[in-house]
Amino acid sequence: MANPRDYASDQEVRWCPGCGDYSVLKQFHTVLAHLELPRHKTVVVSGIGCSSRLPYYVNTFGVHSIHGRATAFVTGLVLARPDLDVWIVTGDGDALSIGGNHLIHLLRRNVKAPILLFNNEIYGLTKGQVSPTSPEGQVSKSSPDGALGSPFMPPALALGAGASFVARAMDRDPEHLRLMMIRAHEHSGSAFLEIYQNCNVFNDGAFHLFTEKESRAHHSVYLTHGQPLLFGIENSMGIRLDGFTPRTVNLSDGYSHDDLWIHDEKDPIKAHLLARMHQEIRPFGVLYAENRPSFQSLAQNLSSDKKAESIEQLLQGSRTWIQSE
Amino acid sequence: MQSEVTVLFAGDSGDGIQLIGNAFAQKSAEAGHSVSTFSDFPAEIRAPQGTVPGVSGFKLQFGGESVYTAGDKADVLVVMNAAAYKKYAGHLKPDGILIANESGFDGRNLALAGYDNGAEPLAEARASQRVISVDIKKNVQAALLELPLGTAEKNRTKNMYVLGLLAWMYQRPAQDFEKYIQEKLAKSKNVLEANQMAFRAGYGLAETMELAAFKTEVSRATPAPGVYRTLVGNQAVALALMVAAKKANRPLFFAGYPITPASDILHELARHRNSDCLTFQAEDEIAAAVAALGAAFGGSLAATASSGPGISLKSEALGFAVTLELPLVVINVQRGGPSTGLPTKTEQSDLMQALYGRHGEAQMPVLAARSATDAFETVFLAAKIALEAMTPVMVLSDGYISNSAEAWLIPSEDELPSIAPPMVDGTPADGNPFEPFVRDAFGVRPWACPGQEGLEHRIGGLEKEKNTGNISYDPANHEEMVMARAAKVQAATRFYSPTQTDSGNNSGDLLVVGWGGTYGSIKAVVEKLQGKHYSIEHVHLRHIHPLPEDFGNILRGFKRVVVAELNHGQLVNLIRSTYLIDAHRLTKIQGQPFEEAELKSALKTHLQAIQHG
Ligand SMILES: Cc1ncc(C[n+]2csc(CCOP(=O)(O)OP(=O)(O)O)c2C)c(N)n1
Ligand code: SF4
Ligand SMILES: [Mg+2]
Repeated sequence: MANPRDYASDQEVRWCPGCGDYSVLKQFHTVLAHLELPRHKTVVVSGIGCSSRLPYYVNTFGVHSIHGRATAFVTGLVLARPDLDVWIVTGDGDALSIGGNHLIHLLRRNVKAPILLFNNEIYGLTKGQVSPTSPEGQVSKSSPDGALGSPFMPPALALGAGASFVARAMDRDPEHLRLMMIRAHEHSGSAFLEIYQNCNVFNDGAFHLFTEKESRAHHSVYLTHGQPLLFGIENSMGIRLDGFTPRTVNLSDGYSHDDLWIHDEKDPIKAHLLARMHQEIRPFGVLYAENRPSFQSLAQNLSSDKKAESIEQLLQGSRTWIQSE
Repeated sequence: MQSEVTVLFAGDSGDGIQLIGNAFAQKSAEAGHSVSTFSDFPAEIRAPQGTVPGVSGFKLQFGGESVYTAGDKADVLVVMNAAAYKKYAGHLKPDGILIANESGFDGRNLALAGYDNGAEPLAEARASQRVISVDIKKNVQAALLELPLGTAEKNRTKNMYVLGLLAWMYQRPAQDFEKYIQEKLAKSKNVLEANQMAFRAGYGLAETMELAAFKTEVSRATPAPGVYRTLVGNQAVALALMVAAKKANRPLFFAGYPITPASDILHELARHRNSDCLTFQAEDEIAAAVAALGAAFGGSLAATASSGPGISLKSEALGFAVTLELPLVVINVQRGGPSTGLPTKTEQSDLMQALYGRHGEAQMPVLAARSATDAFETVFLAAKIALEAMTPVMVLSDGYISNSAEAWLIPSEDELPSIAPPMVDGTPADGNPFEPFVRDAFGVRPWACPGQEGLEHRIGGLEKEKNTGNISYDPANHEEMVMARAAKVQAATRFYSPTQTDSGNNSGDLLVVGWGGTYGSIKAVVEKLQGKHYSIEHVHLRHIHPLPEDFGNILRGFKRVVVAELNHGQLVNLIRSTYLIDAHRLTKIQGQPFEEAELKSALKTHLQAIQHG
């Protein structure tokens, strides 16, 4: 493994002390080092937001693009340069509000690139307005009487858009986060990774229930392919499927692992059920992974069997005539 | 001998009007005429048959050297049905010839065209005009009697019958056309035979009907010897992009979102798609512009095209392109605006948008194409400027140019200017970090692409420290960078050819300044006035920003300056404010090109005012 420090740029990191972004950046450096990705073939592209500052702190090629458009930028970049290793860094406002259209099309097309979506359920950089993932009723500077309308469930949105890979991780569990980044990078197409990230200034504790030691076990279900859905202290709780309705059960009530919902990453229907578990018990890990050819590989195949034309051929076109003296 | 002739073909969308228009234009060019054409497609996709909205038109002017546009009022109007007549009757010269398909004027067709019960438009036309009316349907059915085809299929050859008639009128050898028809319709033997027979029937009709009086001889041009092809405006744009990319040794990446009248650029490039020419239909114009920038970051010649509303959506990305200092060619095929406006009609009302329609201090070179073939040169030059000066460049085309066609003397590869973008090779010495914003003598930064070892760097929309490109909020640095970007754009004048009036005479009474697709109309009128010994000249601007350095002197060589444009007066304001001269406006905002008569009378008024001055 390479040295994570070699992947850090010389720029001073400027997030608020205590911000969850630090952890994500640290894991990202580590993952790049672990994968030993050549720096000159790696490009990190972001939109605008606190989270989107990340490319400046990574010593590879990087683009801090415009608000919501990293996905569009990357689509053009990888079509032109399928040889590159491209990562997308975005926020909940960036990806799901202003950039929603580009995101759904990127997922539908299956543009190969991991998408690290830093979800803090708030607009950080603009100092604390509600975002499309803020829960209904959230009080913020722009919603003093509480936010109206229901929030997006990002994994459900991604699946709805046809994403071939959907996962969730959190800033407070570095090891799992690294694992998810590696899985996302391995994936053959768009890899949508939602990362619960604490904005300790404008939305502190939005995810405490799921991320903090004292409550995590009771609320976070870590998914493993082929394994039952377990949680609770010493995995004493499980989830079973009652038709299409997930029900939590206590293993001490006589349930065995065989009674539980066995996670299958390849099952699109169950992936939707997982994505919609948006109450007090939420899944973490790979919700869905499907192998589908990437947009750039399809595009490459299209062009590779067509011969390039010479300037002469282009200029002449299909029909010419000659004027003599 | 007539010096030039304008023919307008019109019929229902299903009548094959564009096919015979193109055939006639092609053969006219090959016969040595100067030719210019314009296709007027119906705005509706499938308007009901026989109705006015369903009419498709094709106009062409051919003749000697003085053919600069597809013409305005027609010498010959061909109408396949009553609706076509209703739409275009007003486009025929009072002494022009009407060729009408009688079977398209039966009761049903008259009703579909919206004529009152009992109306007899053909009879009325006969009273005041020269009319050749033939029951084409009956004649083709008779001519094709022996062929094993259905009535409907036989009817479909009506257009060839018309083509035959025209070929005879203008004394073209029948074999030439028969060969052309063979190339176009080689697929089915019966259909080919039917079309050729219909063509011959039309050709032969003229003799039997004693139409000798309509036989016309038209001047030919003396085109420079060489190999020619036809170029349609949008096709010229696509071709220039592909050729420029090859000249620059860069792959082409084109992203677009469908919009009339720009879509054909995407279609044309998609047809040529290969590993050197990538096309991408994006989810919207924002994505098209941003994806193009992504490809530019990756080292492609990136381009995007749209029309007014779509260009508005791209404007945020254009500001980004300005600050990234990456090459990008943006083509705006202007149409009537604002908003959806007149989507299929021509206008020049996006000049201010091109110059100023961005946030921040965000200059970029702006060029305007003047005709279908000039679109090739203009877009090629735009690509050269974008690549060699590392800047987004805007090219203005318009609805008229997009659908018009001209014969084009094909340049050889070597005649085209070279394009040398500032690619970086090698890595910085002594392991120093690469500095992406160090400028050369023209203020141009180097272009380093991902994949190049040792050149890793980060760029973005935040203001950049000079040289290093690191984020900088320093006030003085911001001013310096704004000025550096502006100076770089100003330095684009090094790519310009000298500005000249059409005749090369840079002084006199009246100077008519134009830009874009009005070139031919202005040129034709100015030449006619010169022929009447008026002191009048025409200069047509290719470069709107930065304005050419030699333009001011030309303006000052004249007693009066008139700026003719299809908008409410946009270039005129730029000229007034830049040169502090009392330039006059001559404008039209009807979605239509200038007509000869209106231009002439407006210019005469100015000439008289100078004389009485
Ligand atoms: C076109 C445009 N509109 C608005 C903004 C202002 N803006 C910058 S970041 C941001 C929201 C960022 O929220 P999020 O994506 O959640 O990122 P976070 O700061 O929370 O990490 C907004 C509205 C902008 N930069 N550009
Ligand atoms: S505002 Fe919130 S998200 Fe932004 S840096 Fe500060 S803590 Fe982090
Ligand atoms: Mg946020």
